Amino acid sequence: MKEDKEVLLLKGNEALARAAIRCGCDGYFGYPITPQSEVLETLAELKPWETTGMVVVQAESEVASINMLYGGGGTGKRVMTSSASPGIALMQEGISYMAGAEVPGLIVNVQRGGPGLGTIQPSQSDYNQATRGGGNGDYEVIVLAPASVQEMADFVDLAFTLAFKYRIPAMILSDGVIGQMMEKVVLPPFKPRRTEEEIRKECPWAANGRGSSKRPLNVITSLELEPDKMEVRNLHLQKKYREIEAHEVRYECSLMDDAEYAIIAFGSAARISKKAIEIARKRGIKVGLFRPITLWPFPMHEIADLSRKVKGILVMEINAGQMVKDVCLAVEGRIPVKQYGRLGGIVPDPDEIIEALKGVQS
Amino acid sequence: MLRTSRPHNNIAFAMTKEELIRPENLVYAKPRLLNDSTMHYCPGCSHGVVHKLLAEVIDEMGLADRSIGISPVGCAVFAYKYIDIDWQEAAHGRAPALATACKRLWPDRLVFTYQGDGDLACIGTGETIHALNRGENITIIFINNAIYGMTGGQMAPTTLLGMKTVTCPYGRDPKLHGYPLNITELAAHLDGTAYVTRQSVHNVMAIRKAKKAIRHAFENSMNGKGSNLIEIVATCSSGWKLSPEKANKWMEEHMFDYYHVGDLKDV
Repeated sequence: MKEDKEVLLLKGNEALARAAIRCGCDGYFGYPITPQSEVLETLAELKPWETTGMVVVQAESEVASINMLYGGGGTGKRVMTSSASPGIALMQEGISYMAGAEVPGLIVNVQRGGPGLGTIQPSQSDYNQATRGGGNGDYEVIVLAPASVQEMADFVDLAFTLAFKYRIPAMILSDGVIGQMMEKVVLPPFKPRRTEEEIRKECPWAANGRGSSKRPLNVITSLELEPDKMEVRNLHLQKKYREIEAHEVRYECSLMDDAEYAIIAFGSAARISKKAIEIARKRGIKVGLFRPITLWPFPMHEIADLSRKVKGILVMEINAGQMVKDVCLAVEGRIPVKQYGRLGGIVPDPDEIIEALKGVQS
Repeated sequence: MLRTSRPHNNIAFAMTKEELIRPENLVYAKPRLLNDSTMHYCPGCSHGVVHKLLAEVIDEMGLADRSIGISPVGCAVFAYKYIDIDWQEAAHGRAPALATACKRLWPDRLVFTYQGDGDLACIGTGETIHALNRGENITIIFINNAIYGMTGGQMAPTTLLGMKTVTCPYGRDPKLHGYPLNITELAAHLDGTAYVTRQSVHNVMAIRKAKKAIRHAFENSMNGKGSNLIEIVATCSSGWKLSPEKANKWMEEHMFDYYHVGDLKDV
């Protein structure tokens, strides 16, 4: 590594790549796509294979990337991939297999507008895909939504920790704004990659060749042809998901103490909303921000509580209305809920949000 | 075709079954790594023989506790049930991608994939070609029986012209179905491949040659020589709707004409 400064001015994508090297990541597998290509480019430039021993592979497709993640995660290594929306769509098969076989791994989605090839401009329209399980079967993926370059760096280690704690794929759902913008970032402290003994201890289930250990042979698979056994496996997954919902909800409140209205927003939309709230408060509107950090598990109870304190909620998300459905499930019709968003890669400005806020003001 | 001569040694007949199976009287044994799970393969299928060879070679190389096998989607999906090593079960066609990561992250392990023609030469063509071309230090075992066995005998990328399957019931017609894909020939042209060979397991001589090929490929993988592809031209008596004996004969008469047995590349 050329330098080891703790504080740098970086793009979100660059911060993420540097954080990966610093938090004991064993391997990155990815395919170029805008607006996240800086992740692979940064890793290629920093050559971590010469320092920490982290493997970096440019795969032939996103399909291959996610299956490299499946293979690497299945051996108990801390592995990650990153892509943008159309590439993440291609990965859904592999994510489903990882969920079914309980393989940990980190998938980063720096979202751009869709559908199809769409645009290379920012969007948050993959909320449903990320939180509903875009592949086949009943499964969940832990989804973290960073709202700053700092969080792009901080969430890497958090995502790995959660992924290994629960043997589940974890996703950082970013977007083109957070991936491309530059901010001051304090990089996480260096953490060495785990030794073989440490991996054996943390991942007794991993299929990595048991060596001299006496553990039983391991098989990583999502397949079970007997319905009775497959139901048991599914019930086990569901039990795990309920446990994650009970313990891993993360969110942030800002100016909510005296708020009469709330804006609920994640990622880049939360940043813009913060500015809108600042302006609105100067105009005498008592509005605060509730920012879900985990999109799954979703802060259902917290939003339900919130709906008993405020008069109305505006859900601001850069899509046609996806997270608003989860908010409505939590609010259960107690107060008015409106959604505001822009499409096609257009990022709303604070004035539009203040205008939209009028819709929930009584 | 397997032809066994009747034993003329009267001593053998004089022994009881219990005496015959005593370790000191055994001249042939099940490989240590092949467990007692009942195989789901059909009578006459080549998979069982190839599994046996893999189990023997891994054990002989002392790699039982340092191996990661990647099983495919297809008839061999349950390979992990039969050979006592660590396994990962891949999505259809993706085994070489899994193997790439396993080997890069654990360079001292023996990493191999076991794939059929549909898995490797159709849905997984991209992963296969690119893993081989990157020169990943892995071995790909490719079972080519020119048909989709598990799903009930549909046309495969390697189905011969004129050959009948349930999805080309009047025979494979290049105008309708295109041509058989000789992916092993293709692999031999890639700079990343160290050893590319085509073998079969239909008689004792072929089995011995196939075993040597597997050993050579595994040694290459462990010595960092590059990627290795072993195609095994195989039978599917159920899919071909032939008795095991006739399937072997049909393979010799038809498959070998298009899929020539022998080494294509050995760097």
